[in-house]
Order: sequence, then C-alpha cells, then structure tokens
Amino acid sequence: MTNTMLKICNLCTGYHNRKSLDHISFSVKKRELVSIMGPNGSGKTTLLKTIAGAINPLSGNMILQGQDTKIIPLKERSKKIAVVMQFQQAAYMTVEEYVMMGRLPFFKQFQFFETQEDRKITHKYLELTDTYHLKDLPFNQISGGEKQLVSIARALVQEPQLLLLDEPTSHLDIGHQKKILDLIDSLKETLGITVLIVLHDLNLASEYSDSLVLIDQKNQTLFSHDIPENVITQETIRQIYQTDVLIVKNPVTARPGIFLTRQKKT
Amino acid sequence: MDRKIKKWLIVLILLVISLVFVSVLALVTGSSKIPLKDIFDILLNGEETASYYILTGLRLPRIILAIGVGGSLGVAGALLQGMFRNPLVEPYTLGISGGASLGVCLTIIFGLHAKIGVIAYPVSGFIGAGLVIIVVYTLSLRGGALKPDSMLLTGVMISFVSSSLVMLLMAISKSDDLHNIVFWIMGSLDEPDLTLIKLVSAGSMLGLLISLFHCHSLNALALGEEQATFLGIDTARTKKILFITASMLTGLSVSVSGIIMFVGLIVPHFMRMVVGSDYRILIISSFLGGAVFLILCDLFARTIINPLELPVGVITGIIGGIVFIYVLGKKQVRL
Repeated sequence: MTNTMLKICNLCTGYHNRKSLDHISFSVKKRELVSIMGPNGSGKTTLLKTIAGAINPLSGNMILQGQDTKIIPLKERSKKIAVVMQFQQAAYMTVEEYVMMGRLPFFKQFQFFETQEDRKITHKYLELTDTYHLKDLPFNQISGGEKQLVSIARALVQEPQLLLLDEPTSHLDIGHQKKILDLIDSLKETLGITVLIVLHDLNLASEYSDSLVLIDQKNQTLFSHDIPENVITQETIRQIYQTDVLIVKNPVTARPGIFLTRQKKT
Repeated sequence: MDRKIKKWLIVLILLVISLVFVSVLALVTGSSKIPLKDIFDILLNGEETASYYILTGLRLPRIILAIGVGGSLGVAGALLQGMFRNPLVEPYTLGISGGASLGVCLTIIFGLHAKIGVIAYPVSGFIGAGLVIIVVYTLSLRGGALKPDSMLLTGVMISFVSSSLVMLLMAISKSDDLHNIVFWIMGSLDEPDLTLIKLVSAGSMLGLLISLFHCHSLNALALGEEQATFLGIDTARTKKILFITASMLTGLSVSVSGIIMFVGLIVPHFMRMVVGSDYRILIISSFLGGAVFLILCDLFARTIINPLELPVGVITGIIGGIVFIYVLGKKQVRL
C-alpha cells in the first residue's frame, strides 16, 4: 500500500487557457498537513480548485490514492475530496441544513430526504467543530469565525480523505485562527485526514504544517516543497516576496518564525 | 417525524385543499349559476343539459388549463430564479414570450389562422418561443457551459427586439387584426381545443417531475456554482436541463394562453416566504400555488364585470403586484 495521498505530475492549469501555473509537481503523504504559500496572484487558489475539480487542468496529471482524477466521476471525487473556500454563500439555510448539504454526494439516485444516518453524521461533526449549539440559527447570521468552523463541519460531513482549505483564517482574530488551525491539525490524528491548505500567514504555516509548498509567481512554477525549516529562510523569502525579514526560531516548538522590520526613515 | 417535514406536509395539504376549494368555486361561479349540490347529479345524469355542457365543455377545461399554465409558470419561475440566483428573473425574462408574441402576430397579420384554423395561434407561438430558446441557448454556450449573465442579457435583448417588432406590426395592421393581437398578448384561458389543454397539462406534469429530480442540484447551486461542483453536481449539465425544462414549460403555456404576467415572478417568491428556500418543497408548492393563483385570477377576470370577460393577464398583474408589495412590506424576500 502506497503512503501517497496525492501526486501532482507536471500540472499546468489556469483560467480560459491562460496558464497561471506551469509544470507543477509534488506529492502529499497520507495524514500530512501541507500548506501552499506564495505571493498574491501566484495561483494558490487556482491550484486548489484544480485539485478539487472546479477547473480542468490544461495538461498534466493528478493521482489521488493511485487513481488518475480524470477517471474519477465528479460525485465519487466529492466523496474523497472536500473543499472549504474562503467565502461562503448560503442562501437562507440554517446551520444544520448547510452542514447537511455535505451529505449530498451520498444521496442515492431517487433519494429525496436525508436518512437518520446522515443526520447522525451531521450532528457528530457539528459537535466536533464545537458548533452544535448554532444548528438552528440562520447561516448568514453567525460570525465569520463561526462560519468558517461550520464550513469545516460541512466539509467533514463529506467524510473525505483529502481536505482542501483556502485561507481559512483570513480576517479572523488570533483566537479563532488558533482554534481553527488546532482543529484542522487534530483531524490528521482523529480522522486520518490529509490536509492541503492555502495560507498567507507564514508563521501559521510554519507552525502547523508538516511541509510547505512555495509557489514562485514570476516563473509560475513550484519554488520548493520541503519542511518549514528549509523553506522559511531569509534568502527564500527575499527571492519570492521581495522583502527582507528576520527569521527567529519559536522557543517552544523550534519552528522558524518571521518578523517584519520597519524600514527606518533616513 | 422531523419538524421540517411536518411543516412541509402541512403546507402541501393546505395548498391541495386550496386548489380543490378554488376549483369548485370556479366550477359553480359564472354568468350561469350552478348550485354546488347539483354538480354531481349534473355530471352523472345530465349529459344532455346546458349545465352539463357549461361544466364539462367550458369551466372544467378552463380550470385544468389554469392548473397547467399556473403550475408551469410557477415552477419555471422557481427554476430560473434558483439557477440565476436572481430574484428578478421570471419565465418571460429570457425572451420566450417575446418570440411567441411575434410568432402569433405574424400569423394574425398574414391571416394564417383563416387558412389552417385556430390551431395556428399555439403552433406559431410555440415555433416563435422555440426559436428564441435555440438562439438564447446557442449564444450563451461558452466552452460547453451556459453562461448565466450572457443568457439573461441575450434574453432581455430578444424581448426588446421582439416587442418592438410586435409594436411595428401592430402599427401597420388592420383594426380587426390589432384587436386580435392585443387580446392574445394580454393572455386568456379561453381555449376551445381539448388536445391543447391536455398537451399543456402533460407538459406541466413532465416539467414538474424533471424539476423535482433536480431539486438537490438547485439546493447545491444556492451555495454557488463552485461549491455545487465540490458537492459532486455537474453544474454545466444541470443548468442545461433546467433551462430547457423552464423554457418548455414557459413555451407551452405562452403559446396556448398568451402572456400571463407576474405568475412566474410572484408565486415562487411568495412560496419562499411561506416554506423557505429548500427546492424540495419550493418546486411543488410553486406549482400548486401558481395553479391556485391563476384559477382565482381567472375567476375574477370572468366575473368582475359580468358578462364581459377581462384578460386574465391583466388581472394577474394587478392582483399579484398589489398583494406582493403588501407582503414585501411585511416580510423580507429570501432567495
């Protein structure tokens, strides 16, 4: 049995035949948390959407657990991969109804109502994400942090093997950032899920990830895929983000962290 | 039983009771009053009487047509509003009514109805509607998927072009023809051909069934097209099926009964306020609600200035518009 969850081989992708990523290759091991990083507009979200099946790749292959994603039907793919995007629209559903939508891929052809089993699974993940008490509230009326947790619950209800998240902590306070990333981190152990996550915050990425995928915007290609200690270096950051930073080791976890230094006026 | 399903059941039962009630009311009301207690007797034993003819030849077909057309427009409106995630879209937005009007206008101007009979109206209406559907579909297809914005804009433009052409034809037509055109455009449920009524009824049932099969996809589309894809919905295919279904429902209705405004806009909104946005209940309740609303409006149209019959399309606009503004003030519309 191979230990690889996802293998990306020579992938070229983009919108309307305009390439935004060129010949990207990397692998993600099972139960790994991998962060995708890169400057704005480098194609991180495009990569995530391509893996999820919302964008057709221009060329190259994606192998999910030894199977080419091209031959996996959309419905089957949504039982293996779940996605949490940065912004959610939910047209006047309650939180419970919204989370229950995650059971849709499991509905049989003429199934009209959700089963007791669907309801049980929904409640299980509402509890796991600590959002059960919100279940009867309209989705549009809960806070940004709660929306993110509820969206993760909806993705988990799909019982995926691979969870993709697009900047799940942006616009959130540090309390919610930690809560969400701790939860995602715990999923590797509790549910055996592999996580691929787009993160802008390099400190959070460094702290929580098993490895980092760094995209080079200029060449539209993969710059490096390695453990945080090897990716978060002064030279790399200067090269990719065109900025000078101070790298300091976290005294507790020994992971590299970044300090920005203000440019002094002369 | 789940609370939600219980609520849905109650709403469905109430709608069915309302449908039976307004149908019976429409059956007994008119210039010739037929008492409710006599109806069964007339239907079973009075085959030769005038009352029997009024019931089975005039009022009953009209009620059945109102159910077919009202239901079709209600469902088409719910489908299109869900598919475009736009509360202002209605079945006529896509130019289908414009195409049908133009077809019927040409038939009247060229006197085709005199040569091939009254069937010329629905046939030419359906051809006009069908041509518009093909044009909108073809122009909105990009890379194998229908582009909603392009569909809406193309539909609205076709509506403008065809209504201008209809006005041009009206300006140059004889007064007899003008009267025919105006009456057709304003919509009526007065249809003597039973085959057409059966066709509309069968079409509305088929459309309702297809829509119900896609209720989960419509619910997923409410989360956005991308999110629906992540839930395993083939959004490109779903949009095509929904567009064709809504067009078929609208095309059939408009070619048989003319332009009956507002049903497809107001009924789905009104039902959303009552049952919520879940398409599993919204589709069927829009069908029943559309049927009840149109039977009632038709009842008004043919009794309010008895014996004169008003065009039902005008009544739906007036009643629907006023009731909707009132309800809107009371409750927020949700999509």
